[in-house]
Amino acid sequence: MTNPETKREITMLEAVREALVQEMRRDENVFLIGEDIGVYGGAFGVSKGMQEEFGMERVRDTPISEAGIAGACVGAALMGMRPVGEVMFMDFLTLMMDQLVNQAAKIRVMFGGKVSIPLVMRAPYGSGTGAAAQHCQSLESWFISTPGIKVICPSTPYDAKGLLVSAIRDNNPVVFMENKLLYKAKGFVPEDLYTLPISKGDVKREGKDMTIFSYGVTAQRSLEAAEILAKEGIDIEVIDPRTLKPLDKDLVIQSVSKTGRLLIVHEATKTGGFAGEVTSVVCESEAFDRLDAPIKRLCGLDIPIPYNRTLEKAATPQVEDIVKAARSLAIEGR
Amino acid sequence: MPVHTKDVSNELQLDPKIRKQIVQRLSKEKLQKMLEQMFLTRFFEENAEALYMRGLVHGTMHLSIGMEASPIGSIAAIRDDDYILHHHRGHGHTIAKGADITLMMGEFIGKEPGYCRGRGGSMHIADIAGRNLGATGIVGGGLPTAVGIGLALQMKKTDNILLCFFGDGATNEGSFHEALNMAALWKLPIVFICDNNQYGMSMAVERAMTVHHISQRAAAYNIPGVTVDGNDVLAVYDKVSEAAMRARSGEGPTLVENLTYRWRGHSKSDRNLYRTQEEIEEWKQFDPIIRYTGWLQEYKVLSEDEIDSIEQSAKESINKATETALAFPEPTPENLEAEVFAP
Ligand SMILES: Cc1ncc(C[n+]2csc(CCOP(=O)(O)OP(=O)(O)O)c2C)c(N)n1
Ligand SMILES: [Mg+2]
Repeated sequence: MTNPETKREITMLEAVREALVQEMRRDENVFLIGEDIGVYGGAFGVSKGMQEEFGMERVRDTPISEAGIAGACVGAALMGMRPVGEVMFMDFLTLMMDQLVNQAAKIRVMFGGKVSIPLVMRAPYGSGTGAAAQHCQSLESWFISTPGIKVICPSTPYDAKGLLVSAIRDNNPVVFMENKLLYKAKGFVPEDLYTLPISKGDVKREGKDMTIFSYGVTAQRSLEAAEILAKEGIDIEVIDPRTLKPLDKDLVIQSVSKTGRLLIVHEATKTGGFAGEVTSVVCESEAFDRLDAPIKRLCGLDIPIPYNRTLEKAATPQVEDIVKAARSLAIEGR
Repeated sequence: MPVHTKDVSNELQLDPKIRKQIVQRLSKEKLQKMLEQMFLTRFFEENAEALYMRGLVHGTMHLSIGMEASPIGSIAAIRDDDYILHHHRGHGHTIAKGADITLMMGEFIGKEPGYCRGRGGSMHIADIAGRNLGATGIVGGGLPTAVGIGLALQMKKTDNILLCFFGDGATNEGSFHEALNMAALWKLPIVFICDNNQYGMSMAVERAMTVHHISQRAAAYNIPGVTVDGNDVLAVYDKVSEAAMRARSGEGPTLVENLTYRWRGHSKSDRNLYRTQEEIEEWKQFDPIIRYTGWLQEYKVLSEDEIDSIEQSAKESINKATETALAFPEPTPENLEAEVFAP
């Protein structure tokens, strides 16, 4: 379990900003590009004040042209820069798909491994803000199923800072997911620049009765659920992969081998979602024989996210849903 | 004085003689209806904003206060059986197309009887029966769809047309350019209308493109492009009428740019750091409602008393709609997955 040696608490939003600022001070090849990231400070305020320090060239506002932003990142990366793009909402990655999927993800291998595309696309994702069907999606599985793209999704400010720095230094295209509801969540974060290893998951809570695999906001909800169930005598281990692709399979296999039960929780829709992949990882491993009950998935409903608050909540796993699912899994097969 | 304020105060303003001719061509009923719709839109949004402030609305909203002349003048220029497609800042378009304000308010608050059963919200109000094919929250997302609607109208050999609305920012999306090219190529019955409020969020038009007028972009597709004083409902009506006639007679699309200004912030969270208070105040001098009521009196269409009573009754209708909508039942989450696919 990561326990940063610091007493300073900041929000996830501040942690993301700090990673960007410190990396930009260190490496002049790093620059930001996106819509309303300058004076406006970004739709969620991540880059607030950064244009003052780094100027309009390195904190570059663009017209509303997502394909252009993504392309600018790909081209600049091809030339050895380290662009960090911001897409205002993860939903609009759909407008960047050609540049990310057909260009960025393919160029390295297609050109015989002689070039790399070190870009980061930061993507605020998830529901809970009442922004309805076109501004609330969690689209990670599309990128997870695209070879050549890494996908990172932190659930704490500490992870966000260290992983964003690593993502910027990584020589591959990275989709960096930031949960909108977690922007205000606080946590201990060292002031110094540090990195965290990509593709290394983290045990967020140790337990022996069951493993919950989750990331982003549902990892935090899973921790809350685990505390509630602890009072009922159910001891849950919460593991957070932090990087979804390439996945830290060992962590999953080890944890499930120990607990014998696995609940996978994510906000993204269930059908075709990442939970199916994680399930297969376990089924193909030695952990399969250790299972005491079938693996359970608790995911977003297969629907466009509705506007109404009650419906919106029903669309994705909330703490009480996780408690219910984990409680029933705990007694299954007993 | 910011460049575009100068445009509206000088070169774009209609010659009063032409304005008078437009007024004379229109019935009192029609002129009055446009005024009613402008008041309804203004009060709808003021109420929406108040509900928001009181914490009764979950989500976001995009207000078009100060921009009412563009949707209302434009939609007044088409028939009831014509179509519109619009975008996130679409309350005025929806009212102009004849929506029931109670069902609109119901949708804004997310209630079951609302236009989209509480699934869409403010950013996605559609009144399909009223031939309002809805609002997209994806900037530029409606433009390629418009091509398909135009194509269907053409293939079905109807004489209906489509007004496709979008903002200035949307014209920097690839979708705008693909759509205009295809619509021009196939002479589709569409009028493309840009509600140019001079900003896409914090991005000023002059920082986002190299053309002075968005209408200049029509040249790339060899279609007519025109910039209109978008805070003059009569000028908008006049230019869109011309473009509608062209579309209906099979000559193809036109790009109409209604130059206007957004008084409020982009959405709920906007500290207006990208523009000055003076600029906002300057544009408030061109309030489309005050200008229109001035002309209606000048040309003796309506008296001050008549205008006051139209304003009063619009205010009352919106207050009543709000009250009714607040009491509407909430949607329930039981069958959410079942409703995804059409039977
Ligand atoms: C594809 C896409 N990119 C970005 C956004 C975020 N966004 C919503 S409205 C808006 C500004 C749109 O500007 P404009 O087209 O001028 O319309 P206005 O809001 O000024 O009416 C932006 C950037 C979005 N909704 N969709
Ligand atoms: Mg605009």
